[in-house]
Amino acid sequence: MTELQVNGETVAVDADGETPLLTVLRDELGLVGSRFGCGQGLCGACVVRLGDAVVPACDTPLWQAEGQPVTTVEGLARDGVPHPVQQALINSQAAQCGYCVSGIVVAAAALLEREPDADADRVAEALDRHLCRCGAQRRIVAAVLAARGSA
Amino acid sequence: MTLPPHVVANPRLGTWLHVADGVLHVQVGKVELGQGILTALQQLAADALGVPVGDVRMVAAHTTHGPDQGVTAGSLSVLQSGPALRHLGGVVRALAGPVDEGYVARVAALDPATDLTAVTPAPPLPARAVGCDVPRADLPDKVLGRPRYLTDLRPDGLLHGRVLRPPRPGARLASVSDWVPGLVRDGSFVGVVADREADADRALESLRRACTWEGGSALPDEDHLPDWLRAGEHEVVEVLDEGAGAPTHAASYSKPFLVHASIAPSAGMARWDDAAAGPLLRVWSHSQAVHALRDALATTLGLTAEQVEVQHVEHAGCYGHNAADDAALDAALLARAHPGRPVLVRWSRGDELTWAPLSPAMTATLGATVEGGRITSWSHETWSLGHSARPGYRGAPGLLAGAHLADPVPLPPSTDPPAAAGHGSMRNGVPTYDVGTRRVVGRRKVDSPLRTSAMRALGAYLNVFAIESFLDELALEAGADPLDFRLAHLADERARHVLREAARLGGWGEALPEGHGRGLGFARYKDRGAYCAVVAQVEAEADVRVRRLTVVADVGLAVAPEGARNQLEGGAVQATSWTVRERVRFDRTRITSDDWESYPILRFAETPEVAAHLVGTDAPSVGAGEAAQGPTAAAIANAVHDALGVRVRDLPLDAAAVVRAIEST
Repeated sequence: MTELQVNGETVAVDADGETPLLTVLRDELGLVGSRFGCGQGLCGACVVRLGDAVVPACDTPLWQAEGQPVTTVEGLARDGVPHPVQQALINSQAAQCGYCVSGIVVAAAALLEREPDADADRVAEALDRHLCRCGAQRRIVAAVLAARGSA
Repeated sequence: MTLPPHVVANPRLGTWLHVADGVLHVQVGKVELGQGILTALQQLAADALGVPVGDVRMVAAHTTHGPDQGVTAGSLSVLQSGPALRHLGGVVRALAGPVDEGYVARVAALDPATDLTAVTPAPPLPARAVGCDVPRADLPDKVLGRPRYLTDLRPDGLLHGRVLRPPRPGARLASVSDWVPGLVRDGSFVGVVADREADADRALESLRRACTWEGGSALPDEDHLPDWLRAGEHEVVEVLDEGAGAPTHAASYSKPFLVHASIAPSAGMARWDDAAAGPLLRVWSHSQAVHALRDALATTLGLTAEQVEVQHVEHAGCYGHNAADDAALDAALLARAHPGRPVLVRWSRGDELTWAPLSPAMTATLGATVEGGRITSWSHETWSLGHSARPGYRGAPGLLAGAHLADPVPLPPSTDPPAAAGHGSMRNGVPTYDVGTRRVVGRRKVDSPLRTSAMRALGAYLNVFAIESFLDELALEAGADPLDFRLAHLADERARHVLREAARLGGWGEALPEGHGRGLGFARYKDRGAYCAVVAQVEAEADVRVRRLTVVADVGLAVAPEGARNQLEGGAVQATSWTVRERVRFDRTRITSDDWESYPILRFAETPEVAAHLVGTDAPSVGAGEAAQGPTAAAIANAVHDALGVRVRDLPLDAAAVVRAIEST
């Protein structure tokens, strides 16, 4: 059994230590908010916060997540209120299909925590490992900028 | 009374509308692909029914319960569904009106069997929701990480499935050397199922090691695709022959194979139940055409259409005919081996990039006679592969795994939509301009070892890129400003308006820094859809960086203006990615661009600033999702010429193409 701290809760997982964290989150814990995109850590759809880092959960083995807090997109809301980045994305329709958004929201929230005054270039740079196929990149950057100050 | 075709095809009231919990549930056959269509249709339905948007809930397409509205494609959803929903609402108000406190209860009491074609609809009400920006109904779930996509389904008893595709096109499974847990095999179709996803992934790897394959198809030389496209047998599509004269100018353009490259690999879920009356197959799919998929599944599996039920579930954007339908058959085949349990199949990233239908490589040669600064004759010849292999398109199921079964159901060669549907290879082959006598012809190569099908804009992407690049070449040759040259050959006022607005908003004629260039592109999609002009600003030195796109479109009355702008922006950005980055790579036996490193798409830091503007008209509403692709490609190529003085005619317009163009100057 592996003990994980996910979104503030401690959970026990009975899975091989090499199992990708993403598979554990989605299939064992039912946290399907982190999306599967490539399984190779190349698209960012499954990015979660692990300790102070943002990592692709598909490319992170379960053993590596042990002992560090994991925050997924489901863990960003506070008392049922969406994270300011999420609210800004909804307000400005900064998505089309939305499949890339979970990982982006996690990464953007971490960025604003670190750099509350990040400008457009910094936001784009921080999101550069995330792929969006619908072409909503500029809307997403603008939404993250709009969330500054309340994030 | 002219009846909307989709009402005639689906005349029963209950197919479109039911009331539950005091809410009007409207079911359409069009599906949400991330383009926001269900929200736009919700606005149309609310106005037609005379109620606030919040009183209407849209229900996903379903083969048993909902209307058959064909494919969600071709920027036709508003055009086809708008009249149908207006008629529906008019009939409902005629039967259950007036819209007062008891209205919804009276709607609930209407006979679902009511024939919509037999009732004269009440007159339309003034628009309340149409033309306004209503929040997208699907976005909160997607942004908050709630279950919403097909692969988020977790019904009781779920099995996870994986399919092992052949290592190369045309290969057949020779043997499976070891026992693999959860193995399902039918001919060269081979897959695994497991209770846990991690076990399914592990079993797939065991299966990969255990399988031996033989044979394969010869693929063309990826560096000489135009030659390959021009060789062999073709089907000729004569579009126009007015007897064009001998050209004084000629040039050839090309695009490589591209792939939809959805961020989610395709997926499908199926449940097979054996009963005394015969099997029942239920399928959950992100297909663009659930009814056609139902028929294709039934034919492939030897069932009747009544034995198959397909429900649409949202997934990532598809941008055309990707592997959604194929994944549904995969799920059905695995589920058939495990009756009574739902099986969820998810493709791998590599399979999505190599086994989904590709957007075909194309090439075109354009010729023109220019006399005294005016074009007096025009020729346009396009060589392509077919742009549609959708299920049922040639009367065949066209599902990938069908071809791999022991008793195979082969994939028919790709074809093209007919002229009445706006062509495929020849989409936008005829310029909007006054160019004198014209000859426009398409040559569709009949055989291809690579399966090709519809990707946004179909042939219009290459044809508009070619036409608008060629116009710039002719303008510069004639010493004319590209904008003036276009306007001098353009009578259509709506076309002239979007061009002028794009030029104004895009800073046409204003000074630029060294190494920067500005270019223009224009088309009216399918000659009957949205007018769209794009001004691109690029920075071109060693590499091409698109810095800014100004997109101006006339989509008629915009039902959801912000949604239309979002589609135009996204279309322009995606086309930027196609134009400067993308190319399916292959050797002579297999596709080698099987991950995001070998098939790179545009990244955040490379994404241009993009501003989309709608020029307001009250003309009939047309779609916005495919208007910007061709104009964007041309605007970028024209901007690169403006910056560097070199003409790139073969896409992608990457650093290597620029170097080749400089060397050949």
